[in-house]
Amino acid sequence: MPAFLSAPWPWYVAGPVIGLFVPALLIVGNRMFGVSSNLRHLCSALMPGQVEYFRYDWKRTGLWNLIFVAGTAVGGFLVSQWGGSHKIEISEQTRLALTGLGIHDFSGLAPREVFMWSALLTPKGFVSVVLGGFLVGFGTAYAGGCTSGHAISGLADLQLPSLIAVVGFFAGGLLATHFILPLIF
Amino acid sequence: MSTAPAKADHDTTRSRGSATWLAYLFLGICFGITLTQSEVLSWFRIQEMFRFQSLRMYEIIASAIAVAAVSVTLIKKLGLKTVSGEPIAISPKTMGLGVRYAAGGTIFGLGWALAGACPGPMFALVGNGVSVMIVAIGSALAGTWLYGLLRPRLPH
Repeated sequence: MPAFLSAPWPWYVAGPVIGLFVPALLIVGNRMFGVSSNLRHLCSALMPGQVEYFRYDWKRTGLWNLIFVAGTAVGGFLVSQWGGSHKIEISEQTRLALTGLGIHDFSGLAPREVFMWSALLTPKGFVSVVLGGFLVGFGTAYAGGCTSGHAISGLADLQLPSLIAVVGFFAGGLLATHFILPLIF
Repeated sequence: MSTAPAKADHDTTRSRGSATWLAYLFLGICFGITLTQSEVLSWFRIQEMFRFQSLRMYEIIASAIAVAAVSVTLIKKLGLKTVSGEPIAISPKTMGLGVRYAAGGTIFGLGWALAGACPGPMFALVGNGVSVMIVAIGSALAGTWLYGLLRPRLPH
């Protein structure tokens, strides 16, 4: 196993490496780092319908990004095959709070009792996976970017719209964590 | 970001060689490895962040922004070009009313905490074997599609 795959990276390695994707994509092809536009490109490629927002040349503007995100899945797969174990060592306080919500399985990247196919039609599975995914898709399209496009690329370029979006990200995240999760778990 | 499709004139001069496509694939693979090894793709880490019970996610995000900001400043100051010799240009986002950023951002934030993943991590999680995230990606496509349909009637 390569050494860089054997253990999770400390924050001071992980953060700077994430930041380097911004200059890397600019230098390779003048591309702005941002993952969520792939959702738009996929809609445009698969089912544009008569919706003007999806009627553009997705191959010209988005093929590079679809290749990038396909690589992202491959990268995850490579670590799962050749990396060390991924037991997430969360803080004791978080573990207690989540145990209080009824979560028992802390062995995966996400709680298996929620993120498995057979839980998909339970209230917690449906709200987490189906509704959560839907809000991610609607919200990123409306805001014109997600964590990568606004929080990393946009803030790095000191863009005020991105700062407003990131404040929104945290407002929504705090609402969901403290008011919605206790209702569904 | 939704501004991408407007930059058609850049695309005509952009290198389309297979080496460039391989570079995007390579960078994407590196990104998937990074999301996994940094653990930012974990629902547990997202919960820890939104409960303010660990600094880890904040340290990662802050240092990522710092490195990206220094890089962008250097690229602008030095007038660096792409590997194919094109000047590097970053188009600013249009502010408009700002409603789209506040409302869209909040809606995305709700989904981020519920799904425990933003778009990049969703794809990396599928690669890591959390296959039910395929459904989350499908739902995200439905959400994006609905936005496209409603776009003419939404305040931006």
